[in-house]
Amino acid sequence: MLPPQGPPLRGVVFAQPVTGSLHGRDGSLAGATYLAGVSLETTDTPSKVKAAVRLTAPETPALVRHHRRNLGDPTYRVILTGLAVLLPLLMLAVAGQLAISAAPALKKFGFNFMFTTTWDPVAEVYGAAPMIFGTVVSSLLALLIAVPLSLGTAIFLTEFAPRWLRQPIGFLVELLAAVPSVVYGLWGVFVLIPLLRTVAVPPLRAVLGWTPFFKGVFYGNSMLAGGVILAIMIVPYIAAVSREVLLAVPSSQREAAMGLGATRWEAVWSAVLPYGRAGIMGAIMLGFGRALGETMAVTMLIGNRHDLGASLLQPAYTMAAAIANEFSEATTPMYLSALFAVGLVLFVITITINALARLLVWRVAKGAAVGSKAL
Amino acid sequence: MKRSGFWGLAAVLGLSAAPAAAQQVKLTGAGATFPNVIYQNWMLSYNQANPGVQLNYQSIGSGGGIRQFSDKTVDFGATDAPMTDSAIAAIQGNVLHIPTVLGAVVVTYNLPGVTQQLKFTPALIADIFLGKLTKWNDARITAVNGGLRLPDMDILVVHRSDGSGTSYIFTDYLSKISSEWKDKVGKGTSVNWPVGLGGRGNEGVAATVNQTPGAVGYVELAYARGNRLPYGQVQNRSGAFMNPTLEATTAAFAAAIPNMGPTTDFRVSITDPAAADAYPIASMTYLLLRKEYDDPAKAQALVKFVWWAETEGQAKAAPLGYAPLPAALRPWISDRLSSIMAGGQKVWTASAAR
Repeated sequence: MLPPQGPPLRGVVFAQPVTGSLHGRDGSLAGATYLAGVSLETTDTPSKVKAAVRLTAPETPALVRHHRRNLGDPTYRVILTGLAVLLPLLMLAVAGQLAISAAPALKKFGFNFMFTTTWDPVAEVYGAAPMIFGTVVSSLLALLIAVPLSLGTAIFLTEFAPRWLRQPIGFLVELLAAVPSVVYGLWGVFVLIPLLRTVAVPPLRAVLGWTPFFKGVFYGNSMLAGGVILAIMIVPYIAAVSREVLLAVPSSQREAAMGLGATRWEAVWSAVLPYGRAGIMGAIMLGFGRALGETMAVTMLIGNRHDLGASLLQPAYTMAAAIANEFSEATTPMYLSALFAVGLVLFVITITINALARLLVWRVAKGAAVGSKAL
Repeated sequence: MKRSGFWGLAAVLGLSAAPAAAQQVKLTGAGATFPNVIYQNWMLSYNQANPGVQLNYQSIGSGGGIRQFSDKTVDFGATDAPMTDSAIAAIQGNVLHIPTVLGAVVVTYNLPGVTQQLKFTPALIADIFLGKLTKWNDARITAVNGGLRLPDMDILVVHRSDGSGTSYIFTDYLSKISSEWKDKVGKGTSVNWPVGLGGRGNEGVAATVNQTPGAVGYVELAYARGNRLPYGQVQNRSGAFMNPTLEATTAAFAAAIPNMGPTTDFRVSITDPAAADAYPIASMTYLLLRKEYDDPAKAQALVKFVWWAETEGQAKAAPLGYAPLPAALRPWISDRLSSIMAGGQKVWTASAAR
């Protein structure tokens, strides 16, 4: 239906001396110089645009010569390129330093470092399996709790909440992200753990006590407490990003679904959420990444025990917590190296998960694009 | 570079000619958290009396103190656990351990409804922390406590999750009283605890014990006193059940003096001493000084400060919850201090101080 010249052009209308440029959104016509002019959005016909181009043409040779002598642009490009390269280099430097410092421990323990459970600084035997397990499980537990909570909040705020309520609730949810980690930890020790002990765990145990996940004596500091505090801490990230994603879903999606006779719930479930799933997946992965690296609140609640067990009621450990706890008193070179190795493992796990998330988002985004075409 | 060379030269010349050359000296140190309160207090008072000497102490933990001292990024270090032989060899033996004050570690617990102070024998403590005693109303515990009725509760052991001098003192004690502990766990600032969960810092252990009925843990005496935590009496080697008082802590140290001798490097353990009036879980905390300094002005100012802390400064210990060193120790300390050299010369003598 549309004429084949592509997207509408942004034109520049010039005063004397007549110079300037025209460029489409795809940059195809970009070039020449950027002297004064009046910019306007135009959907002018191609012939008019061409006229404007022709108008500028006779003036260009002198300006091009001037342009060549100008060192500004190349310098600008070099600086920006440098800045852009600097960050990946920094990351490589961090990875390299971690690997070098971790080398003695990795050489001594090899791959067993990741699969053995003994962490004994006196005998200098180090195995990080309980910490790796604890990091992943506590973060997954946090997602299990946080995803429904934050998605529910986001959907309520964009689709169901009365207008006057949206701002205050949205603000309060985002405020959760501003609370310092150590405050969550304190709150966890003095409020959350007693609450878990008296209110949450007895019924959980009554119903699910037969599973391996709720066995053993519950003292408070445990995988469960760590997971719950992490969930509360990542809710604002997932909720805020999901809300933005849902807000960006065109209302034509909702209207179309409602027009087909869908209820509001059906419209959200079948039209709005699928449209935004790439973004929502990204939000969840952002939360997961946060949970993996969180340190202070977790170490105050998880029990800091190098132990591998299925029960959520037992104390556990995370990699970040162990590094923070043990680094300052790691007096022997091998101990220090083992902690660096833990840091390296954490680094690799976080990067892998982020890469997987990126892949997932790309794939889902492709699917969504196909889906939207089909609509 | 040029400037420090100039000052170094000036200081050398100044020493031989006029010892009291007035100039600003900045001394930095880092290390143990346990003595932080009294170190800050000392440094403030000392600076007020001697405005020419500025002291700065960062309580980053004993391990960090040893690291920074060994890397020479600080003028002095501080640690609760003495440096190991291999760590000393790594810096060519260029270190002196100077004890400053004493600390004790107490066994704190949370037993709702129990108002009477609990008594612990060494065997009870070892078996609780080994995980062999799991119930508070175990017959062995009630027998030691004169038939006291204790609740039918699981014992939850709370230990430090961060590396700490407090853990070192406590595991050093356990290693002495229990061969099983020595073989299975050993002593160190971090160990592989057989049971229990970890709290971060003294405050983390205290909070967890406070919040958890049935919990038992260990914290520094100064911390327990400041926060009014309940703690148990511990039976010493001669059979007496001792409260962790400052006097009983100093007594533990005094009992160890005969084992040291005048040429000691002070790297001795004073847990589980033989004295009848000693509390058995006690230890000293050390300043780490170099045998050889580069800058005579700095070295002299530092030694003067340390000697002041060992003499006048000791009066500040008790009010802040630390046990002072026995006065009998002073000649040995002044011997070590006067052996410190800088630029090939001694920087301080005990007679100059008097």
